[in-house]
Amino acid sequence: MTAIFRREFVSYFTSPIGYVFLAIFYCAAGFFFTLSSIQQGTTELNTVFSMMMFVLIVLIPILTMRTFSEEKKNKTEQCLLTAPVTLGAIVFGKFLAAFLVYAMGVLITLVFAVVVAAISTPDWLLVFGNILGLILLGSAFISVGVFVSSLTENQVVSAVLSFAIMVILYLFSAIASIIPVDFIARIFTSLSFLDRYNGFTYGSFDLSNILFFVSVTAAFLFFTVRVLEKRRWS
Amino acid sequence: MIEVRNLSKHFGDKKAVDGISFTANDGEILGFLGPNGAGKSTTMNILTGYISSTEGEAIIDGNDILKNPVKAKASIGYLPEQPPLYMDMTVKEYLNFIYDLKKCTLPRNTHIADICRLVKIDNVYKRVIKNLSKGYKQRVGLAQALVGNPNVLILDEPTVGLDPSQIIEIRTLIKKLGRNHTVVLSSHILSEVQAICDKIVVINQGRIVADDTAENLSSSLSGEHKLSVKIDGPSKEVKELIESIPGVKSVTLIAERESYSEFSIESDENTDIRRELFSRMAGRNWYIIELKTSELSLEDIFLRLTMGEKIELKGGKRQ
Repeated sequence: MTAIFRREFVSYFTSPIGYVFLAIFYCAAGFFFTLSSIQQGTTELNTVFSMMMFVLIVLIPILTMRTFSEEKKNKTEQCLLTAPVTLGAIVFGKFLAAFLVYAMGVLITLVFAVVVAAISTPDWLLVFGNILGLILLGSAFISVGVFVSSLTENQVVSAVLSFAIMVILYLFSAIASIIPVDFIARIFTSLSFLDRYNGFTYGSFDLSNILFFVSVTAAFLFFTVRVLEKRRWS
Repeated sequence: MIEVRNLSKHFGDKKAVDGISFTANDGEILGFLGPNGAGKSTTMNILTGYISSTEGEAIIDGNDILKNPVKAKASIGYLPEQPPLYMDMTVKEYLNFIYDLKKCTLPRNTHIADICRLVKIDNVYKRVIKNLSKGYKQRVGLAQALVGNPNVLILDEPTVGLDPSQIIEIRTLIKKLGRNHTVVLSSHILSEVQAICDKIVVINQGRIVADDTAENLSSSLSGEHKLSVKIDGPSKEVKELIESIPGVKSVTLIAERESYSEFSIESDENTDIRRELFSRMAGRNWYIIELKTSELSLEDIFLRLTMGEKIELKGGKRQ
């Protein structure tokens, strides 16, 4: 697993993808920080964090689009799948590499907090709660992206499809509001990424929200393993 | 050691591999011969655990590839049809990655250096794989299979894309490796299989049509009852003289040159007419310039076998 993780992580930076991802991530986060905190003259970072969800929906597909698609296309997956490692280790290694690149992006928000701290004291607990929320949301999105990339060998299809799925996941609470049947609406609400994530940006620390994102991550990684397994049998 | 029993793989309705069985022992090179689409690569992919079989079992060094995949895979080095190379890595990075991936315990630097010397890629060791020529890529693929010194080597058309001198090098290398590894290689180049392999499995449309040693395959099909001979002497009289040898069924004049005439002789299966032929020609002072048994080349055997012609093999078994 460590071999796959290391190769994957390094390959993000031997190709433009890692740089492009981080550059756009930093720019977008900086833009929102300037707009919502500096311009408004507030030490409040919550708006920055809630805006970051849009950034993730656009950027995570770029980060994950090639995870398995490229391997399949170049037939390099043959090398992984015939090596003495389990499918779980392959999937998790790749997920971890994408996650680490993403975490490097999230670190910028810590810089914002430090900038704010130079002017006044930010609510550190709130900041860390927000960062945790962003990291969990990101990991759930990354596992969705990894899953989608295992379905196709075309990177563009992979990116567009992940983007579409993430938008739908984002719209869950909106969908819930137009569904007249109450219990179905409740299911959509409880699966809403937006509501769950907003919980963090509002400053509430709810264990169920943490568990939700961790479970989504685990579930999609598991699905990815199943997709790879299924491909051997078809 | 590889044991394959009754292996089948269906893709929908198509039977890519249909109930094949064979064994490859340690220190044996087994050649997989068949036309394109015969099921060679599919079988190899099953053996290495890349895809699963629909039925049957493949046992690598005592471990079933489906039931005990990690252990079985640890004793396999696999070179697929298209070498699985990460184009953005250097040869050095790539081989080190494979080393980690296979969880090798051999001393890293000396082991990798040994392999590079063996397949002659030490001069491109620090170059990015993307920029290498096809022959070098193929050799990096082979190097990848050798990392970790696995017991079993499975090589899918290992000499594709190499130039003639490289082909000879790689063949020599495979022969050398075959002494202490189990090697399975596929090819549709018959002379290659004939040159390298101890044992040949001919496969067509997913079924084994012949499974024998290279010598047996050709000798059992031709025998020594067909001779091709070049004789320096008057062609008409020579022909008559040959026809008078007991056991000769037919004589055909193939070519007539200034210095010799060429004949094809067919005799009874049980009589060897070569000695008699020699003494009769010598008695007339006619010279035998060339005398050879016209064995079928593997090419002929192959064509006959895969065309579905019924041929009883003496030495081997046919399925």
